[in-house]
Amino acid sequence: MTQQVKYYQTGTYTVGNRLLDQEQRTVQASLDRSNALDSGHRACQGCGEALGARFAIDAAMRATDNQLIACNATGCLEVFTTPYPETAWQMPWIHSLFGNAAAVATGVAAAQRVKGKKEVRVIAQGGDGGTTDIGFGCLSGMFDRNDDVLYICYDNQAYMNTGVQRSSATPPAARTATTMPVGPNPGNEFGQGKNVPLVAMAHGIPYVATASVHDLHDLERKVTKAMSMRGARYIQIFVPCPLGWGSKPCDSIKLARMAAECGLWPLFEAEHGEITDSTKLRKPAKVDGYLKLQRRFAHMFKPGNEAQLEGMQALADKNIVKFDLLEEKGDEE
Amino acid sequence: MLKQMEGSMAVAEAVALARPEVICAYPITPQTHIVEGLGEMVKSGQLENCEYINVESEFAALSVGIGSSAAGARTYTATASQGILFMAEAVYNASGMGLPIVMTVGNRAIGAPINIWNDQTDSMSMRDAGWIQLFCETNQEAVDVHIQAFKIAEKLSVPVMVCMDGFILTHAYERIDMPEQAQIDQFLPPFNPRQVLDPANPVSMGAMVGPEAFTEVRYLAHRRQMDALELIPQVAQEYAEIVGRDSGGLISTYKAEDAETLVISLGSVIGTIKDVIDQRREEGEKIGCVAIRSFRPFPIAEIRKACANAKRIVVLEKCFAVGMGGMVASNVRMALSTQPVPVYNVIAGLGGRPITQTSLHNLFNEAAADKLEGLHFLDLNQEVVERELERQRLDECSGSVAENILRDIGAVAASKV
Amino acid sequence: MNKPFAITLDVGTSLVNHTGSWRTERPRYVDRIPPCNKTCPAGENIQQWLFHAEEGNYEQAFKTIMQDNPFPTIMGRVCYHTCESACNRKDVDEAVGINAVERFIGDEALRHGWTVECAPDTGKKVMVIGAGPGGLSAAYHLRRLGHSVTVFEAAPKAGGMLRYGIPKYRLPREKLAGEISRIEKLGVEIKTASPVTSVADTMKEGGFDACFLSVGAQVGGKVELPTDGSVPMFDAATVLKDLENEQLPDLNGHVVVYGGGNTAMDVARSATRMGALSVTVVYRRDRNMMPAHELEIHEALEEGVQLACLRTIKAVKNGELELEVMVTGEDNRPVGTGQTETVPATVLVQAVGQSVDLGPLNGLDGVEVKGGVVLVGKDMQTGAKGVFAGGDMIPSERTVTVAIGHGKKAAKNIDAFLRGEIFVAPAKHDDAGFGELNTWYYSDAPRSVRPVLDVARRQSGFAEVVGNLDEETAQYEARRCMSCGNCFECDNCYGVCPDNAITKLGPGEGFAFKYDYCKGCGICVAECPCGSIEMVPEDI
Repeated sequence: MTQQVKYYQTGTYTVGNRLLDQEQRTVQASLDRSNALDSGHRACQGCGEALGARFAIDAAMRATDNQLIACNATGCLEVFTTPYPETAWQMPWIHSLFGNAAAVATGVAAAQRVKGKKEVRVIAQGGDGGTTDIGFGCLSGMFDRNDDVLYICYDNQAYMNTGVQRSSATPPAARTATTMPVGPNPGNEFGQGKNVPLVAMAHGIPYVATASVHDLHDLERKVTKAMSMRGARYIQIFVPCPLGWGSKPCDSIKLARMAAECGLWPLFEAEHGEITDSTKLRKPAKVDGYLKLQRRFAHMFKPGNEAQLEGMQALADKNIVKFDLLEEKGDEE
Repeated sequence: MLKQMEGSMAVAEAVALARPEVICAYPITPQTHIVEGLGEMVKSGQLENCEYINVESEFAALSVGIGSSAAGARTYTATASQGILFMAEAVYNASGMGLPIVMTVGNRAIGAPINIWNDQTDSMSMRDAGWIQLFCETNQEAVDVHIQAFKIAEKLSVPVMVCMDGFILTHAYERIDMPEQAQIDQFLPPFNPRQVLDPANPVSMGAMVGPEAFTEVRYLAHRRQMDALELIPQVAQEYAEIVGRDSGGLISTYKAEDAETLVISLGSVIGTIKDVIDQRREEGEKIGCVAIRSFRPFPIAEIRKACANAKRIVVLEKCFAVGMGGMVASNVRMALSTQPVPVYNVIAGLGGRPITQTSLHNLFNEAAADKLEGLHFLDLNQEVVERELERQRLDECSGSVAENILRDIGAVAASKV
Repeated sequence: MNKPFAITLDVGTSLVNHTGSWRTERPRYVDRIPPCNKTCPAGENIQQWLFHAEEGNYEQAFKTIMQDNPFPTIMGRVCYHTCESACNRKDVDEAVGINAVERFIGDEALRHGWTVECAPDTGKKVMVIGAGPGGLSAAYHLRRLGHSVTVFEAAPKAGGMLRYGIPKYRLPREKLAGEISRIEKLGVEIKTASPVTSVADTMKEGGFDACFLSVGAQVGGKVELPTDGSVPMFDAATVLKDLENEQLPDLNGHVVVYGGGNTAMDVARSATRMGALSVTVVYRRDRNMMPAHELEIHEALEEGVQLACLRTIKAVKNGELELEVMVTGEDNRPVGTGQTETVPATVLVQAVGQSVDLGPLNGLDGVEVKGGVVLVGKDMQTGAKGVFAGGDMIPSERTVTVAIGHGKKAAKNIDAFLRGEIFVAPAKHDDAGFGELNTWYYSDAPRSVRPVLDVARRQSGFAEVVGNLDEETAQYEARRCMSCGNCFECDNCYGVCPDNAITKLGPGEGFAFKYDYCKGCGICVAECPCGSIEMVPEDI
């Protein structure tokens, strides 16, 4: 009887719940989650990437019965997890270079194939710099060959490890060390940047998705789905960075939630180049609330910069239409 | 089995005999025929149990190789020239991680100016990257050394670069005695990696190492190369016992024992030098040569021993460190620092310029008379150089040196300005 | 494996790095008092019994209610549920239907015959005067504490205002009887038709160690009106009592009820059911000032009751009432305009308040009476030692739930008194305000509505108006509870910690922080849906 009733108290949005069926709970709710990224790592307080990586890898570990190898690009995630003599990874893991994680993963996958280890699966992972910029060639090559690799990009929208410089995933107006909030167009330029999930889709690979640390069920479902498929797959996960964004460490998940709910970070899935689904906004909001909690956008709220704010809202509005993020109220389950 | 075949195809067959499990292929002249040949063998099924991956760049080629080698697969790739520069970061990384990849370098010049012809600047640019570098004199040697390279690499967990002159070897049809598969299977056991990415025994590979241990890591890499000084001749010996041919090793010598003039070089030019030596020996000149087969590790002891009785050393090399001189000569001078013998450094054959017997005779004449300067450029067209220098004196905006010279020597229509 | 030095590392090695040393603030788990619990006059641990109901463990939910209140099936009908007005969920969508769930649990308990345990007998004897909600509540709690309890009731049946003040259509009598019977089965003796004329004497004669007085306010009040006698006048208390005793009052023709409280509504709605031609409620203030519960007014209007607000009755003559039209003056007081109008009246029922019969207190030394009610201390004790009082007879809001709360509180104090001690209530936690919650995690879930009897059937009989929830709906409603201020094991903290610095202790055991690794980022606090984690400065 208990399980026949829809669960409303917290719906399916909390990490777990005593009243949910085991299979409806997240991997993170379970006592035997792999904690592939374990305690003692040196990420900053409230690091979204540390969280996103554990979420994603634990889900993939569950999906593959722990038969998983990860290939990591250089970046925060690599540096804070594996400074000699301590590693925080509880899985086979390799770091080679900044720009070659996808290619290394291709090699690892090829080795599994040639050794007849069909069950051993491979993940490549990196930050947005290592993915959308310096690692982009290898990433595209891996997509092109449809290698059996899930590439996960932890997107915190700049080069954080080197001290917050602009990447092709840095949003317009954002202050970085190389796009300072000075002059007539403070912060990062409008009209630039690279939407790598869409570029990935253009390769026609089996699966592309965006995810966010604020919606764990959605994230784990996407990772699990990706691991149920073969071929090249890509998931870009939104991971707030308190240090780089000038936000409070406790707000990391909140910011991810706000980015999604205002439309700036649309959650969607695509298969073989076609969008198949998008996560509807539960509590749609304007961009202001999201931007205000981050010092990297502080200049947008100064007199004279109203156009920037309007520009950001326009981007969000465009996403809402493009990815069909609104839904008629009342049919939620 | 004796075969008349192109050097690249011979190397492809030799690599196939080593039963590689992952091959990464990216085209760049002059190594392309090797990976083409392997590709066909994999596709046809002749080479079984092998993943052949068409990658999007040399950087990816070696990166894929890093992944497959770390995951325990015997891994091979090939490159040349700009390609090895494009993968430079991965070259250092593969050796730093101790991954026993074997890579052919079809030696070729590096631009600009872009030049597809042979010299050895490409391999030399990576001489300090931590790889073992083996240079081949002939295609037969290339066949044998490639097979030995897998054994050396895997025994030491160090990657090996097999360097063979582009075109001169890669594109040359020669008679090859191809070993039998059974012989190679006897010689080369399956790859048993020192470390492997395995869910059953997880480790983290590629940690960040700070000042507290970095020197030790580097020192240990050096120790492995020192170990290679013993292993390389040993492997050559094992190979000889099974295949019946003396090939490989650290150096080879030719009429060197009593030589007063000792020429040191590496690669295919050794063949021409030997011919010239033979001619000059008939004239009574005590001249001989040393071929460096292993440039990394550098066989200091062997070089010293070979040069013990020489009155002069001529290091002839197809590579050049601008602003310094030849890299090989620098290394030889260091090896001989305790032996008071003049070392003449000759830069020759850059960008594919032929090294003729005539030029060598002239060179050795001057060497024998000790008239050579410390750094000599074989067949340098001094007039062209002077005219260009004059142009530059006259006009600050004198344009591209390369184009000016080509126009000067008539290779480009003079109307183009 | 002969691993390369420094470059290749063994798993699990990061655990030597105790990142907890980075912390300047530490999180800790707290319990906060949810608004429902805080406002419940009976002091029910509402959130806790909802917790059990969410799991479908209705018996445990029942037992939890019974710790504070012996009448879930009654309260699930007649309580005006201040808990729902306070519920934080109202700021998300709608308040949780606590009352409906309580009724479902109460009915389940009666259906299955569930009951509770009593402590071993203490040998102490307590007398309770009045078998209304306050008296029965006190008797029940004292009995559970192991005391011997005798209840004296003047009326022929137990229930007090539950029986004689609340019509059947709101509280079916078999439900009332069922819950009273459950108390009797615990060993409480109820002597009906046994009026106590002197508390002091009865205590002495019976050898009682303490007494709880809860006689209620049963005497119907009346406003003196100039009348020619053409319209019979009754007080509401008497009318409702007669109705219960099946001595049907003559509520035919045009019935006028004077007053705007819940009792007025009870009389008006009863009259409708007895076939009155018209029923008019006359009230001297504005509609929105009526003390009756909004739901009662709403249902009365549905059933055809008419309201004449801002009217006072000036006189009764010739089968008509002369009403003066009022306006709202300063301080919301009604001010006469001098303008009058008339309404036909066959009968007039005055529902203008009830008073306490203080007769039995004669001869009891020290009891202080002020404004017609008995004064008590914080411990519910009157000026007379060992005599406690509660319900409508002491200064307080007069609702069933308040009386039940008095009974519980008095029982705890009497228990302490019997042991020669003073009862000290445990310290209260901080409030769980809406600001403490992270409501994004709660799904949108509109409140479920109990079925309501159609108007035609309500106008023709005393069948219960408001129906019950079925199990699925009751559970659904229970699950709408947000568990404000108290961990409900949603695993959020365990999941959202970027440092794996939380141990999950297993079902019912909650969580613990691994302070060796917690960096103090505070994400667990921000993402706790129910606000049961807080940050406190680290002692450095």
